[in-house]
Amino acid sequence: MDLVSKDQNKYSIKRKKNEYEVVIGLEVHAQVLSESKLFSTSSTKFGAEPNTQVSLVDAAFPGMLPVINEFCIKQAVKTGIGLNAKINKKSIFDRKNYFYADLPQGYQISQYKNPIVGEGTVILDLPDGEKSIGIERLHLEQDAGKSIHDIDPQNTFVDLNRSGVALMEIVSKPDLRSLEEVNLYIKKLRSIMKYLGTCDGNMQEGSLRADVNVSVRKKGDQDLGTRCEIKNVNSIKFMQMAIDYEANRQVDILEEGGKIDQETRLFDTKKNETRSMRSKEDAHDYRYFPDPDLLPLEFTDEFINELKKNIPELPDEKKKRFIEKFKLSPYEANILVSDIDTSKYFEAVIKNSDIKLSTNWITGELFALLNEKNLEISKSPISAQNLSKLINLIKNGTISGKIAKSVFEIMAVGDSDPKKIIEEKGLKQQSDPKELEKIVDKVINENQDKVKEFKSGKDKLFGFFVGQVMKISEGKANPQLVNDILKKKLK
Amino acid sequence: MTNITDLTLVELVNKIKKKDVSSKEITTAYVTRSEKSKKLNAYITDNFENALKKANDFDNNPNYEKKLPGIPIAVKDLFCTKDVKTTAGSKILNNFIPSYESTVTENLWKEGSILLGKLNCDEFAMGSSNETSFFGNVQSPIGKNLVPGGSSGGSASALAAKLTPATIGTDTGGSIRQPASFTGTVGLKPTYGACSRYGIVAFASSLDQAGPMTRNVKDCALLLDVMCSYDIKDSTSVNFKRKNYFKELNNSIKGKKIGIPKEYRVDGMSKEIEDLWQKGINIIKDSGAEVVDISLPNTKYALPAYYIVAPAEASSNLARYDGVKYGFRSEGNNLIEMYENTRSQGFGDEVKRRIMIGTYVLSSGYYDAYYLKAQKVRKLIKNDFDEVYKKVDAILTPSTPSSAFAIGEKSKDPVSMYLNDIFTVPINLAGLPAISIPGGYDKKGYPLGLQIIGKTFDEQNIINIAYSMETQINFKNKIKDWWI
Repeated sequence: MDLVSKDQNKYSIKRKKNEYEVVIGLEVHAQVLSESKLFSTSSTKFGAEPNTQVSLVDAAFPGMLPVINEFCIKQAVKTGIGLNAKINKKSIFDRKNYFYADLPQGYQISQYKNPIVGEGTVILDLPDGEKSIGIERLHLEQDAGKSIHDIDPQNTFVDLNRSGVALMEIVSKPDLRSLEEVNLYIKKLRSIMKYLGTCDGNMQEGSLRADVNVSVRKKGDQDLGTRCEIKNVNSIKFMQMAIDYEANRQVDILEEGGKIDQETRLFDTKKNETRSMRSKEDAHDYRYFPDPDLLPLEFTDEFINELKKNIPELPDEKKKRFIEKFKLSPYEANILVSDIDTSKYFEAVIKNSDIKLSTNWITGELFALLNEKNLEISKSPISAQNLSKLINLIKNGTISGKIAKSVFEIMAVGDSDPKKIIEEKGLKQQSDPKELEKIVDKVINENQDKVKEFKSGKDKLFGFFVGQVMKISEGKANPQLVNDILKKKLK
Repeated sequence: MTNITDLTLVELVNKIKKKDVSSKEITTAYVTRSEKSKKLNAYITDNFENALKKANDFDNNPNYEKKLPGIPIAVKDLFCTKDVKTTAGSKILNNFIPSYESTVTENLWKEGSILLGKLNCDEFAMGSSNETSFFGNVQSPIGKNLVPGGSSGGSASALAAKLTPATIGTDTGGSIRQPASFTGTVGLKPTYGACSRYGIVAFASSLDQAGPMTRNVKDCALLLDVMCSYDIKDSTSVNFKRKNYFKELNNSIKGKKIGIPKEYRVDGMSKEIEDLWQKGINIIKDSGAEVVDISLPNTKYALPAYYIVAPAEASSNLARYDGVKYGFRSEGNNLIEMYENTRSQGFGDEVKRRIMIGTYVLSSGYYDAYYLKAQKVRKLIKNDFDEVYKKVDAILTPSTPSSAFAIGEKSKDPVSMYLNDIFTVPINLAGLPAISIPGGYDKKGYPLGLQIIGKTFDEQNIINIAYSMETQINFKNKIKDWWI
């Protein structure tokens, strides 16, 4: 698959004579949406008091044994299906051995050689078309606890609430080429998992974080350069900053005739730079081996098929349907399907309303409002039903688009029925031709000089007459009717 | 009336059910004898006061429907017991009091049994002589300065010395059967997955199994009945139909085919062991069973494979003892120093040796040559057994290549110590059940054991064979209470 040449918006770094391409791969750690942990029954709720959601298993007491949480397994399989990936009917949990204060067992239970999910793909919608990003694998693992170093000058405090929470590590192939692709990739992954209900995608709470692999190569080179891994970056913006810094750092080294050392680096968000954490020589030897406390995970075809049956319509299919059924442009469809709640809102509005108007109102006024108030669509101050009513009032001529904007503003304060607002505020459009004729006559009578000028060829004055009529009607006059009457009277 | 402590477990149960004796009388008898037997160093932690109180409670409100009504039992200190210190024979858990109960001990208490105390063992069950315990070596009641075997050495010593009517141990490579053999008692390692591992301090997870240690086969059947259960808290626990081993106990051996593996006739095997084995074979033949010569060709690889797999798992299982959460901690100037101080002071030499071996065999670059190869060998050993079980119902071997040795005799030579497990280790690698019963004595008068190995989950069959042989052998332990 030749991904590079298709991409027109290439991100590259130029120095003197050379141009470098940046190659990026992501290892996304997505917290499985689940009430309890991967191998224990403790709660996974975010924000609890330290060490209140810790079982004997999570704290690795002597003789405690892990027991698989079947729900987490199903969540991982569903995610694999959503990534169009191969579900491995047999997978194995391994122990990844290392010492750290917030790792109570002295090993993390993870999957090494035999992950639960194999190769798959994620489709990105770029301005010039689609690009598919390869997924290498998805595996399940336990999260560690949290070490807190800033409470006491001498001691480190450990909070084990997160210890044992299920994570899906989703490893991409090195197919990403720009900061924008990274942005779209993360958003797409998040979108798919939110559609599936397998991860809430909340980056602030750490439900989604990534290790970023970056390498550079001279434009046209076929071989990949030596990569550096930037650990644990927790926002798209930081990922982009880290990649940009790291790619430039690598290019600078190459330009000076140096060579890149494979290493693990940290991104310092305050200084906006990456720093070496450990070199390849210092890399941990994790001494992976199959966890003898757990049997291999084996699925039947029925188990997988049952899950497949219950997979909801995912963004790519939904987009296709929106384009075909609702005649949306790919751009509009993309915007409306990217978030499952947006697509639900859209479909609720268009159930009883004009599709074109609904699309414009949702992507225009509503998005602006949500943006301004920094709200998710699920928390929208205007319900889908009321927006649908508003759109119908425009469509049937009860109010003009302009009045509708004022009504929308009122609705945004207290999600009220637009009909009521129109009645209470007397905003109903004047569509009675007799009444409008009276106003038109008044305007013509009071502006005879302008009428003369108009008749002598100053066409632009038509707008002035319309404006005057609207002013007198307080904006309620049906603009189409006003146009028709004025044209007739001014002949 | 005979001494209470001379009665077997089944006799005690019957007597208490007939109200011939009270729980308090039994418990008092065992507490008294245990207190007089401190020289054996069989206990790490006693629970005497509490046990007497519980015995009283039982007598005040008896329930004779239980399988072990009001019977006091001391257990190996590898089983976590709620509110009672559990050390695994290690300094690193010297101050550890669990807030939970292991499934196997819970099963005992549910059937009316009472915890008498926690018995000494090799540190983290790593040893064949009970000399690696942080709490000192255990004396065998068989003779002064003789090891009781290991790692369930405290259990074997307490059982043979009649400080407890029965006990439970754990067996990773022979830790029940070898001490049973050394002390003239009965020890059974069940099929892997028969008894829950929940709440047992882990040594090597894929090999560890809890099992009964008793004075005779009948007691063994009863105790196995109580211990054995399917447990969802242990993912390796197997949900098979467990038999009522005690009820279905019989001595039918007639017509059974018993395999004699030629590979167990090891180089330099003593005449005594050779004779003991032959005696066992003759008994089987006389009882109407058919003796079949069999071959388990990969037996010679079992010991090296075991000493790769077991330390590998142990090195990882013991990583949790880091001074952070519970147990012993030795401070340091930073985290790494704290780890180093805690673990170098908290673990003994044998444990450290196995952690180092285990870490080595799992290291990148060595994994394939050691751990992976050992796992392949393990599969071959299992295949050997599967193959012969097409032809025979059970296998008879000696339990150990020698009788008990003196304290200090082998502790400086780990390899000669490891060789003690040569007949028991293959069974753990294959996950099979095996029982050791007393077969006779060597010329010093020390007991020697015979091992009967069964098919997967076929405990009933080997117990029945053992029961039949026991009658024929008619073994009597010659213990003279030298320590009292």
